Amino acid sequence: MNNIRFFDSTLRDGSHAVSHKISAEQIREYCENIDGAGLYTVIVGHGNGIGASSHQVGFSAVSDFETISIAKQALKKTRLGIFFIPGFATIKDDLEPAIKLGVDLVCVASHCTEADTTEQYIRYLNTCGKEVYGVLMMYHMTTKERLLEEAIKMQSYGAQGVIIMDSAGASIPLLVSDTIKHLVKNLKIPVGFHAHNNLGMAVANSLIALENGATIIDGTLRGFGAGAGNCQIEAVVTVLKKMNIDAGIDLYKLMDVSDNVVTKIMKKPQEIDSIGLMGGLTGVFSVYALPIKRAAEKYNVDARDIYVEVGKRKIVGGQEDMIVEVAIELAKKKQLSNIN
Amino acid sequence: MQINNKIKVAIIGTGNIGSDLLLKIQKSNVITCGLFAGRNADSAGIKLAKEIGVPTSFDSIGAIEQDPDCCEIVFDATSAKNHIEHAPILKQLGKFVIDLTPSRIGKMCIPVINAEEALCSQNINLVTCGGQACVPLAKVIMDTHPETTYIEIVGSIASKSAGAGTRANIEEYMQTTKQALEKFSGVPEAKVILVFNPAEPPVLMHNTIYASIANPNIQLLKENIEKMAELIRSYVPGYRITYGPIVDRGRVVITVQVIGSGDFLPFYAGNLDIITCAAVQMAEDFAKKSLKNKLYE
Repeated sequence: MNNIRFFDSTLRDGSHAVSHKISAEQIREYCENIDGAGLYTVIVGHGNGIGASSHQVGFSAVSDFETISIAKQALKKTRLGIFFIPGFATIKDDLEPAIKLGVDLVCVASHCTEADTTEQYIRYLNTCGKEVYGVLMMYHMTTKERLLEEAIKMQSYGAQGVIIMDSAGASIPLLVSDTIKHLVKNLKIPVGFHAHNNLGMAVANSLIALENGATIIDGTLRGFGAGAGNCQIEAVVTVLKKMNIDAGIDLYKLMDVSDNVVTKIMKKPQEIDSIGLMGGLTGVFSVYALPIKRAAEKYNVDARDIYVEVGKRKIVGGQEDMIVEVAIELAKKKQLSNIN
Repeated sequence: MQINNKIKVAIIGTGNIGSDLLLKIQKSNVITCGLFAGRNADSAGIKLAKEIGVPTSFDSIGAIEQDPDCCEIVFDATSAKNHIEHAPILKQLGKFVIDLTPSRIGKMCIPVINAEEALCSQNINLVTCGGQACVPLAKVIMDTHPETTYIEIVGSIASKSAGAGTRANIEEYMQTTKQALEKFSGVPEAKVILVFNPAEPPVLMHNTIYASIANPNIQLLKENIEKMAELIRSYVPGYRITYGPIVDRGRVVITVQVIGSGDFLPFYAGNLDIITCAAVQMAEDFAKKSLKNKLYE
């Protein structure tokens, strides 16, 4: 396990957990303190990537451009990264201005079977001379063979690495080892893993990914993130330290930022509640935890039933509207069965 | 109308959109397909055209250049990039062009909003499927509540219904839809989101429209929206408002579904259907005008 690179998604994935209400001051404080800790890149912006601030997935308290400007000022040693999902944002309105503001690295993401939607963007970023990585979300929804096909597409477009996202925290260890092994063996570019903690497996699964040849770990400090949260970077670094593997990270610095800065951004400690477990069980995107809770309360139905139903419909990213529809349907059914 | 004297059209692009057009044109009594041209000899569309006896070519636009009399109207169902090359050639040949790519070269057209005006242009652009589905409703919102500050449209389409052209043109899709949204509705700020849904069996094309309106008159909005939906149904039979307008957390929400006619692709591909329906509607309008002029010649 050499040359492990940590992609820090604390501010990005964490933004989901606080309904995208991270303040300018919090962004500045985080970036100033994490700078130079040895993380490969700090990724900022809306949880669904830059340009995604919307009614559909929630409005950011601070615009992406302001966020990028603040982070650029604060990050002197660490690369400034952004996340980008085709369909949520455009080159013209989002990517081009972001690059002008000094972004160093971009992760271009798609659902695990839709890599061809990233071609236009990965190629564009290559011509801009930016470091660019492909991201395949919700990887548990397809096979490792199909995943490889999609990853090869990203490689051919010019991605410098491919990160596999367990967006629903639905992985069992065997799935991680099997998938990563298959990708590492057949790809020329580095492979990364982004875990969610729905089944309490985020750190363990990230280590399994490393053991099977992944070299990029995408996680967050304190596990701050959507739903049950993410892979806690400082925990992985600590385990590696205990295994006598030096990842080139200033562990104390991570711990300090985690204790003193991230806890102030978080509304509550990251925990795995029954909703989180249902997400891992049914394979529903972690970012839907809040919208599902909200819909369950509003329409007075069991959130777990919503999970099961949207899981059946194979909901993917950006379909917050489907949750409300399902909740309304469940409420109608409930009403009918009460009458009968 | 002279039934036997149909106006000839050509289709360039033999993918999903081109093939769906081909089948829709078979049902028309004012237009007929004189040429179905693409680049891919193995496409399902080419096979289909041969089966129904429509002349085919693998020389794409070259076939029209060689035989300009094969058509009066040309549908371009290739890609935005290709249409940049095709547009000047077709202009020189004097063809009425209906562009189904998001190239934005011709006059943007949404039949229910500006059909008549668009017929005066030589090249019309049909925006995008999301634009055809949502922009008319955005216009209703702005006409009813001119003080609306922001409109957002979210299109969710089945992965299977998005062909290679659509996938290669997401940037153009997003920009063109947004431009149409702003232009036709006049909303000060607009946002477009597009989601590919890989679910199996495929989901119906689904659109959500959000509007930021301070004090919405939901009853009036509902009436106006239903009126507009009825007008759209005259050329897109599967168009329906699935819920709303409702007020949810300080915003007005409307959802729309388009059930496809099931011509080339199954019913879930309403995204394909809405734009091909619009294209055929415009071609028929043009043909009727043209036939009428010929009668008086």
